[in-house]
Formats: sequence, C-alpha cells, structure tokens
Amino acid sequence: MLDRLSDPLAFQSEALVLRAERQRLLASNIANADTPGYVARDMDFATALRQATGAQALPQSMATTHAGHLAPKTGAASEPGLLYASASQTNLDRNTVDMDRERANFADNAVKYEATLRFLNGSVSTMLNAIKGQ
Amino acid sequence: MSMLNIFSVAGSAVSAQSQRLNTVATNLANADTVAGPDGQSFKARQVLFQTQPMGDQGAAGVRVAQVLEDQTPGRRVHDPKHPAADADGYVTYANVNAVEEMVNMISASRSYQNNVEVMNTAKTLLLKTLQMGQGS
Repeated sequence: MLDRLSDPLAFQSEALVLRAERQRLLASNIANADTPGYVARDMDFATALRQATGAQALPQSMATTHAGHLAPKTGAASEPGLLYASASQTNLDRNTVDMDRERANFADNAVKYEATLRFLNGSVSTMLNAIKGQ
Repeated sequence: MSMLNIFSVAGSAVSAQSQRLNTVATNLANADTVAGPDGQSFKARQVLFQTQPMGDQGAAGVRVAQVLEDQTPGRRVHDPKHPAADADGYVTYANVNAVEEMVNMISASRSYQNNVEVMNTAKTLLLKTLQMGQGS
C-alpha cells in the first residue's frame, strides 16, 4: 500500500539528486575558469538517470574478494564515470572551461532542477488531495 | 545534500578572485614607485590558482597556491635630475605593466560576478527545495 504512495516520487527524487550533483559539477567548472591546467567535467545525464532508476545495468565493477579490497563506485554519476570536456578553443594554460557553454548548461540545469521540483510537488499535492478526499 | 557544497566551491572561487583583485590593486598602486636606496624596485605580483578538492567527489574549489613575483628588470628612464637617479642618471621604476593589470582586473571581476551568480542560483534552488510539498 505504501509502495503506491512512494513509487511515483521515487523516479523524480532520483532525477532531483542527479540534477543537484550536475549543478555542483558545473559550479566547480565555473569556479575553476581561471585555474591553469583544469579540465572541465560533466556527466551524461540520460545514462546516469537510467542507471539510477535501474532501467540500465551498471557497468561491471571489480570483484572484491578480500576484506581490504576497495569497491570503486561505478556508473555515469560516479567519479570514474564522469566525462571530460574538450576545449572548444585552445588555451595557453591548458584550461578547458568554456565559460559560455558552462553558463548555458548551468542555467539549463537550474531550470530543469526546478521543473523536477514542480513535478514532485505536483505528485505530493495529488496524493494529499486523494488522502483528504477533496 | 550535495547542493550545499556549491556554496563552498563558489565561495572559494570568490575569495581567490578577490585576492587576485587585491594583487592587481597593489601592482597598479605601485606602478610609478622608484627603486629605493638598495636599488631594488617594486616587483609586480601575480597569484597562481590551484584546484582544491572539496570533500565530495566531483566538487572542485580554487585556492591561491602561491603569489609569484615578476623577476623581469624594472623600467629604466634617463632622468639625471631625479633624486633617485643612479650614477649614470637612470631611474629604475617598478616592472608593472599597467595595461596587463587592467586586463587582469577586468577578467577577475567577471569571474567574481560569475561565481556570485552561481551562488545566487544555488540559493534560489535550495530555498525552493526547502518548500517542497508545502505549496498546494
């Protein structure tokens, strides 16, 4: 019974967490716009969301056969899964942050974060209405 | 909450850029100083930025790793009547290039503004997240 209440929220909350993570990545890129040698990073959002919701299997991780073995995270949202942006214009200090692209991505991600929030709010108020019977 | 990390990331960038603005101000203020009795004129300073991991994976802030002094010799002007002139009548000024400093200043102020905007956006989004489920 409770599954029916929480299931519609699960997908949107996964998306919200991923949007927040991407926002943080883009903020890091903008912060490091003047750092020599910094390479801009971004995530493949569609793949990350499919992996987070279980629609796509995570890539095989290394086997841990000993208590001391580390289990690195896998998937598009984890550190090894993040992509590197290539420089659109060559730079003397080898920095690959393209401020126009990062600002556009940042605004786009902020709008989509807010959209996800509204979807969540919509499901919540729908359920509240159903509970209250109004 | 990963969004709260944005404030430390953008905050570190803002403080690094303000330190860069500070060195620009120092250089411009000393652009016309002459060498003292020891023959050493003011050396232009430059900040060196470095990426600083911020705990969580993927979050990368900035810090000023070093303040470097420009070691190129200062501008020498022939002015025998100047009180600071040496035996040959030359006065050594600071090695500050005012044009370069102005460009540096504009770049620093743009980066500063960008990071402030990032913080404002993150704040708006977080405040809206706080109100999740309350609006009907």
